[in-house]
Amino acid sequence: MAVAAITPDYTGERLDRVENFHGNIVVYVGWDRHLMFCSPIAFATPPDTTFGKLQDEMIAGAYAQHPDFAKIDWEQVCWLLNGEPFTPDREATLAAQGVDHKSIIRMQTPGLEGIGGSHS
Amino acid sequence: MSKVYMALQDNEEAHYLVEALEEDNPDVTVDYQPAMIRIENEDRLVLKRETVEEKMGRDWDLQSLHVNLVTIGGNVDETDDEFTLSWN
Amino acid sequence: MAARKLNLKERYSLLTRDLDWEYSYRDKKEIFPYEDFEGIKITDWSKWEDPFRLTMDAYWKYQAEKEKKLYAIFDAFAQNNGQQNVTDARYINAIKVFLTGVSPLEYQAYSGYAHVGRQFSGVGARTACQMQSIDELRHVQTQVHAMSHYNKFFDGFQDFSHMHDRVWYLSVPKSFFDDARSAGPFEFMVAISFSFEYVLTNLLFVPFMSGAAYNGDMATVTFGFSAQSDEARHMTLGLEVIKFLLEQHPDNVPIVQRWIDKWFWRGTRLLAIVAMMMDYMLPNRVMSWKEAWEVYFEEAGGALFKDLARYGIEMPKYAATAIAEKDHISHQTWSTFYNYGHAAAFHTWMPDEKEMDWLSEKYPDTFDKYYRPRFEHWREKEQAGERFYNPTLPMLCNTCQIPMGFTEMDDPSLIAYRQSVYQGERYNFCSDGCKDIFDHEPEKYVQSWLPVHQIYQGNCGGADIEKVLSEYYRINMGKDNLDFHGSPDEARWNAWHNLESAEERLKKAG
Ligand SMILES: [Fe+2]
Ligand SMILES: [Fe+2]
Ligand SMILES: [Zn+2]
Repeated sequence: MAVAAITPDYTGERLDRVENFHGNIVVYVGWDRHLMFCSPIAFATPPDTTFGKLQDEMIAGAYAQHPDFAKIDWEQVCWLLNGEPFTPDREATLAAQGVDHKSIIRMQTPGLEGIGGSHS
Repeated sequence: MSKVYMALQDNEEAHYLVEALEEDNPDVTVDYQPAMIRIENEDRLVLKRETVEEKMGRDWDLQSLHVNLVTIGGNVDETDDEFTLSWN
Repeated sequence: MAARKLNLKERYSLLTRDLDWEYSYRDKKEIFPYEDFEGIKITDWSKWEDPFRLTMDAYWKYQAEKEKKLYAIFDAFAQNNGQQNVTDARYINAIKVFLTGVSPLEYQAYSGYAHVGRQFSGVGARTACQMQSIDELRHVQTQVHAMSHYNKFFDGFQDFSHMHDRVWYLSVPKSFFDDARSAGPFEFMVAISFSFEYVLTNLLFVPFMSGAAYNGDMATVTFGFSAQSDEARHMTLGLEVIKFLLEQHPDNVPIVQRWIDKWFWRGTRLLAIVAMMMDYMLPNRVMSWKEAWEVYFEEAGGALFKDLARYGIEMPKYAATAIAEKDHISHQTWSTFYNYGHAAAFHTWMPDEKEMDWLSEKYPDTFDKYYRPRFEHWREKEQAGERFYNPTLPMLCNTCQIPMGFTEMDDPSLIAYRQSVYQGERYNFCSDGCKDIFDHEPEKYVQSWLPVHQIYQGNCGGADIEKVLSEYYRINMGKDNLDFHGSPDEARWNAWHNLESAEERLKKAG
């Protein structure tokens, strides 16, 4: 649908287009059923960041405070990319495996039920 | 049936308004909450200038209701003599 | 013979309608250029009804009376050091949220009504909008006056208007009103007069203000109720506008319904912060958010929409979701601010044992199951000297701009994710309501100024988050932000009341 506007064929300036991020893309990461972290995280990172770096440095830095974090069996993690099942390649870059600007990566860690089993 | 309501600041003048509302709307519910009074009734609530004047013992302009009114729910009808809230 | 005294209706008509004139040498379309483009059809402006037949002379008289009462109480409050008599210094943080988040909206409302009050060709609507515009200006002024007293004794009040324009969480209320004001005049009226003033502001001004009274804050309850006394008139305008539009032309019905759906949803998202204020920031609690929601939305809104059904108007589209959220929204919002308490211009804290018990009692289906374990964990961490702060920046909803902390109502421990792809670019949302709003008018919302993305684009003073907070937002670091425990606010409060801080007590015991 189009905006009802006083000017014909109204268009707006896309504020978050990738060119505005100085070579980075925005990637969101969420850890399902671990709501101690209130919402998914927004990272700005170059598209040639490897998945290994995202997992070992960025995700670890963000979530290390959670008591479940040390217990994660990384072989068992189920990943979702924009809602679809996803098998990341640690050596490949984000761009090479379809993680584009403003994509959402979710990790599910079955067996880890959050603080006191509350999914926190 | 739906409830209409009004809330008034809990002050001296409002107490007369509540008395008048109770007289003119026999089934009215009056609930005193911190700093305010909530008055509700099924379908219709009417505030009559004459009854308020009787309670206060002096002239009272219906529009000065605005000074103490906190909120309302319902369709409003206001004349010189009556302020009515109702649902259709 | 003396002239017959005119009745209210006649006086009103003389002092409003009869001040209008016919346009003889200019085209009406040229004078009122914004009246058509939204697709709303008005066939007869004279059908506009004014339930409150308030004329300007009566308006000034009663407004002056309200102001006199109000300022007398402000003076008394200041003279009696009222700031020392509130229940607890934690409470003051709710007032900081109010000044930075709500009062600037009063100013936006003033400007919005001044604008639409110029744009309608119907004189009844113009008069009502003009009065409301002046009311809203009064609201922002009285609120700033009232809270300037607290600014002398507490941190976080000093830069409210600067903060409103910049701070991440304040982009939520700011963008809400920007959205309404940049819409056409009829959408603005449905958004603000109806959906916001009529359907939702009671939740802010009535139970919260009553709560302020219950916490000894006479200044706030007085400005709150003084503003509300105008609000009854604003609400009536909101209802009138809806009925008028629906009666004017059947083609208006679907347009109005869509606006109601949109603005109800935007409004409920905005009120998440009020939910949190009621459940977490009032030391003496009058009622829970859930109870307030039941009285002021489910009951009052239910009656309203039943009344509007004769026009073919239905309950707002996502009312059922909003109703389910009443059990979660305050806890999720407080969690968010607790996570990012280092980046807020007010203090956060964990509820004490008694307060948690109250929450368990008020939220028997959700608090113990989803929230209490998390909060107890955070409290233990704090007691161990490791108060939890989230070290990252959050993902925001592209429409409401709130961190994506809301969950699926049929699976409340799972974050709700929604996504649209528009012209090859992804846009993310917290809910179906927020996604619908984007999908309907993407060209508007591709312009969302999302604070987290703006930081990453380097538009908020660079990449150093400390500097963004202290220089771009002007948060006094270590004073305005962080936990209430250990704050200068707490220290001052304890000194006034000869209380010892928790730390000092521990030291002595050790
Ligand atoms: Fe206002
Ligand atoms: Fe208002
Ligand atoms: Zn949203």
